[in-house]
Amino acid sequence: MSAGPHTLTGTRIRERRMALSRRQADLARAVGISPAYLNLIEHNRRPVSTELVERLAAELEVPADELAEGREEVRIAALREAAVHPAGAGSVPELDQVAEFLARFPGWAALLIAHARRAGALERQLVDLSDRMTQDPYMLTTLHEVLSAVTAVRSTAAILVEEDEIAPEWRQRFHANLHQDSQRLSLTAQALVAYLDSFEAEGNAATPQEEVEAWLAQGGDAPADLSSDAARDMAAQVQADLLADRQALPDRALLEAIPLAGTPPDPVLMAARLDLPLDLVLRRLADLRPAGFEGAGLLICDGSGALLLRRAAQGFALPRPGDSCALWPLFQALAAPQSTLERAVALPDGRLFRTLSHATRSQPRGLAGPVLSRATMLVVPADGPAPADTLSIGPACRICPRNGCPARREPSILVPQLPVRPARGL
Amino acid sequence: MQLDILMIEDEPNIAEAVRFILSREGWQVGLHPDGAGGIEAIRAARPRLVILDLMLPNRSGAEILAELRAADDSTLASTPVLMLTARGQAGEAASGADAMLTKPFDNADLRAQVRRMLA
Repeated sequence: MSAGPHTLTGTRIRERRMALSRRQADLARAVGISPAYLNLIEHNRRPVSTELVERLAAELEVPADELAEGREEVRIAALREAAVHPAGAGSVPELDQVAEFLARFPGWAALLIAHARRAGALERQLVDLSDRMTQDPYMLTTLHEVLSAVTAVRSTAAILVEEDEIAPEWRQRFHANLHQDSQRLSLTAQALVAYLDSFEAEGNAATPQEEVEAWLAQGGDAPADLSSDAARDMAAQVQADLLADRQALPDRALLEAIPLAGTPPDPVLMAARLDLPLDLVLRRLADLRPAGFEGAGLLICDGSGALLLRRAAQGFALPRPGDSCALWPLFQALAAPQSTLERAVALPDGRLFRTLSHATRSQPRGLAGPVLSRATMLVVPADGPAPADTLSIGPACRICPRNGCPARREPSILVPQLPVRPARGL
Repeated sequence: MQLDILMIEDEPNIAEAVRFILSREGWQVGLHPDGAGGIEAIRAARPRLVILDLMLPNRSGAEILAELRAADDSTLASTPVLMLTARGQAGEAASGADAMLTKPFDNADLRAQVRRMLA
């Protein structure tokens, strides 16, 4: 990976270590690297991985982003974010004087940043709760269950009370139905209350999808520990899918295919040798993360571009669910099903990744049914100089600093942008 | 014997209650328990009225309604449809129906609505 974007990270690590009066050897031992390697990092002569930054940050008792990006840059970005918040409509903050404001009034700046972050967190929580109430499949299904049971109870009870001369066998049948529906109603109501209770759990602002992604990133064990029924249901489905994939392509077969697939290993060649679908091979590589695919992640979307599965690659921070960058090769693959698109991509911070994207089409309901598309993108962290045709991508427009991007949908909160000019089309 | 009413509803206890209520009025009522095969059931039964639940497994009531209205057979395509919906979910999805009834409904309202549609 290029050391360019991280040139100052080593300096910040060194400054922070010295501010704490810690010896280089002690810190190196604490984070599991050699003192010589830490010395190279501190002199900006070696790149430092995201994972190592996080370990160093924990030891040095600072947020990881302050080490990686620098305290000043983080604070300036936070102030810019606060300045463009819609709540400030009507006021015109002096954006060109952000750095001066921070330098002259660090206490006020810190207070403003804290308030903006608090407001942002509350807004996100509100949006998440609103999404759950209106779009959450678990909530909709549960409410449908309640409504169905109530409808059955009301109609059946009214028959028993209002209708004359009901035959004994029908009366008995309707009583049994009432009993059955009342039991179903009480169980569903209990599940709904438990689910609503999970909304109030401290720190549970994440959607079920985010919760499942975090669980998956931690190894995907014990889904029972997840906080909501919806997250547990989603995690169970993910586990079932992983198990089916592992049975279709066991670890051993996958590992044996890798050395025969060139350098770096070519998943298309592996799929051909194994005589298995490429999307299965891509999913298994992201699951097992064998040599050559360390830190790999996976994105799967349907034909509408909605992301069905998001498994972050190391160093590839995913945006919030529902957000994405239109330049991700995943979406380009949808236009060329059954072929495979290999593309090096670079994030705004300079991190490089090798991506392989593959789209498929299916007609599960036969010739008369709809054609369904699905694309899979394997994302593998890459080292070394960026290839000439590297595609510059972002996480999502709102948190992407790239100026003049042809795919930009909305202004960035990170840096002042040129006016957005949506591409014209038919 | 031709059915007066075909009800497409996946909740058996609702279907049973509705059939009991409407059968007492003298109408012949048939049931189909799934969204899948719904349009085929209508084609086969050619009822005078279809009572259609909006939220069905495998194929929604809205999809069945759209297929029915697009049928080549104009008599079949114009079969009256009473859509059963939850409040707030009907919207455009049920806009092709002749009438709607919100769950949970009053049995008397159901009877009156069906009587109007079969008159």
